[in-house]
Amino acid sequence: MKRFLGFIVKEFYHIFRDYRTLLILFGLPAVQLLLFGYVITNEIKDARIAILDQSKDEITRRISEKVLSSGYFILDKNLRSVSEIGQVFRQGNVKLVLIFGPDFSKNLDKTGNARVQIVADASDPNTASILVNYIQGILSNYLISLNAEKIPMQIVPEVRMMYNGQMKGVYMFVPGLMAMLLMLISALMTSLSITKEKELGTMELLLVSPLKPIQIIIGKVFPYVFLAFIDACIIILLGNTVFGVPVVGSVGLLLAESFLYICMALSLGILISTITSSQQIAMMLSLVALMLPTILLSGFIFPVENMPWILQVFCHIMPPKYFITIIKSIMLQGNGFRYIAFETFIMLGFTLFFIFLSVKKFKIRLA
Amino acid sequence: MYNPNAENIIVVKDLVKRFGSFIANDHLCFEVKKGEIFGFLGANGAGKTTAIKILCGLSYPTSGQLNVGGFDIYKEREKIKRNIGYMSQKFSLYDDLTVFENIRFYAGIYGMRRKVIEERAADLTEKLDMKEARDMLIRDIPLGWKQKLAFSVAIIHNPKIVFLDEPTGGVDPVTRRQFWDMIFKASREGITVFVTTHYMDEAEYCDRVSIMVDGKIAALDTPDNLKKHYGANSMNEVFLKLARIKIE
Repeated sequence: MKRFLGFIVKEFYHIFRDYRTLLILFGLPAVQLLLFGYVITNEIKDARIAILDQSKDEITRRISEKVLSSGYFILDKNLRSVSEIGQVFRQGNVKLVLIFGPDFSKNLDKTGNARVQIVADASDPNTASILVNYIQGILSNYLISLNAEKIPMQIVPEVRMMYNGQMKGVYMFVPGLMAMLLMLISALMTSLSITKEKELGTMELLLVSPLKPIQIIIGKVFPYVFLAFIDACIIILLGNTVFGVPVVGSVGLLLAESFLYICMALSLGILISTITSSQQIAMMLSLVALMLPTILLSGFIFPVENMPWILQVFCHIMPPKYFITIIKSIMLQGNGFRYIAFETFIMLGFTLFFIFLSVKKFKIRLA
Repeated sequence: MYNPNAENIIVVKDLVKRFGSFIANDHLCFEVKKGEIFGFLGANGAGKTTAIKILCGLSYPTSGQLNVGGFDIYKEREKIKRNIGYMSQKFSLYDDLTVFENIRFYAGIYGMRRKVIEERAADLTEKLDMKEARDMLIRDIPLGWKQKLAFSVAIIHNPKIVFLDEPTGGVDPVTRRQFWDMIFKASREGITVFVTTHYMDEAEYCDRVSIMVDGKIAALDTPDNLKKHYGANSMNEVFLKLARIKIE
């Protein structure tokens, strides 16, 4: 036991003497969270639009006012002819053009059918579709208010967004970032620190010593369990204090699940370091094989349901996906263990599987 | 010191190690006597490192009977580990730890008490003339110092046997000579030294020398006897003659 403690102390020396490691360990979570929280956001405010009003009557003016007072749009320019549309898009400031046909009110009165055209810049498809939806919403609201007296029956939808009332993007990013950063720290850092010992030749010395291989591995990994755990707390705290992301469910359960995920990522890191003996390859493997899938295939940014089935299959073998499901369930929905038992079980399975593979690999190498 | 009547501290019988169809060690048989300096020579790829790794427990043999320090290599690995020291050609110290921290760490994993470690460390840095370097990081000290320190650390727990895998690579002749003084001293204190090297002048320092060619032991005797037997003036000639036999 004393030998083992000495080993862990040594490991902490390695970490605290390497500024780069420290920076990654503690700077990265904070910076990433702030970046994701503030910069990357799906909400759209103050999008610039242009309006081409060919009838200029009472109703089109009122609709325009409604659109501009919604808080989502700012008028960039009033256009005079259709030929200007292409030009304003090319200038790049305007995301959407709203076009009212000639004799708008007249048509509406006479035929009950007036035309409005929405032209959006779809070079950024997500933004375009969100903007179009906003405008359509405003238009149909206006229509309902016009008809309020005339139509005896109405279906008025009352929408309530559960768990994330204000539809904030951070609610999605905090769980995703947890999954990504814990994976990065646990898998990348451990695989690097183990392969470093191999490169230095110190691994041989350790294996020749009375320390058991399992002690060496646990000794190498332990500090990172500890540090990754601190990082998990930092992310939850920052998310809560800066962005107001709640932890509705049990904090204890959340930390326990994080711990399991950390162990899973560490066992992956160990597996990587049994495959390679160079730090560079370990880094490439961790970044390419772990980070990309964690970001792309975990439902972190892109919804799994919308992917082609073959990618969906891949998503289901990505451990981070289950972790993200779990933390969303605890943090936002306040669910207990009962609801996430399946996902927990799968993560446990992954962990054991990776450990089993590592042990096997390790034995082959010795023989 | 070689003494034919001393007890055997390493006994190797029919050691075979295969990697697929390649035979790295082909039925090696030899004994090492207690307290001797045993030179393990051979060209690159002759199978030296494979054999030394097996003796240290870093790798399993394909077949054969091996006894190291009185313990069976299959059944008593843990006991062997406690009784051997190992130093590789990389000098294997931690760059980002100080001289003292390296000593403390390696002594610590052999279960030495803190007080004993402090004493040994003080004693060691004194003898190596490295007192001022005690708190310097390894990356900041010269290669020669690293090498001496690596050797001292390899025998800090007073092992029965120390395995040195090309311990003098990349070091200048003066430092090499000083290093061999350390080996002689360890040998006089009763530690058996098992050393591999490329330098034939170093082979002359050994009590007995075995020369490996193509995974087999081609010759094993004292340097004097080998020179007589092959009608050579130096170990270098002996080595070249053996290697030439192989080529023909």
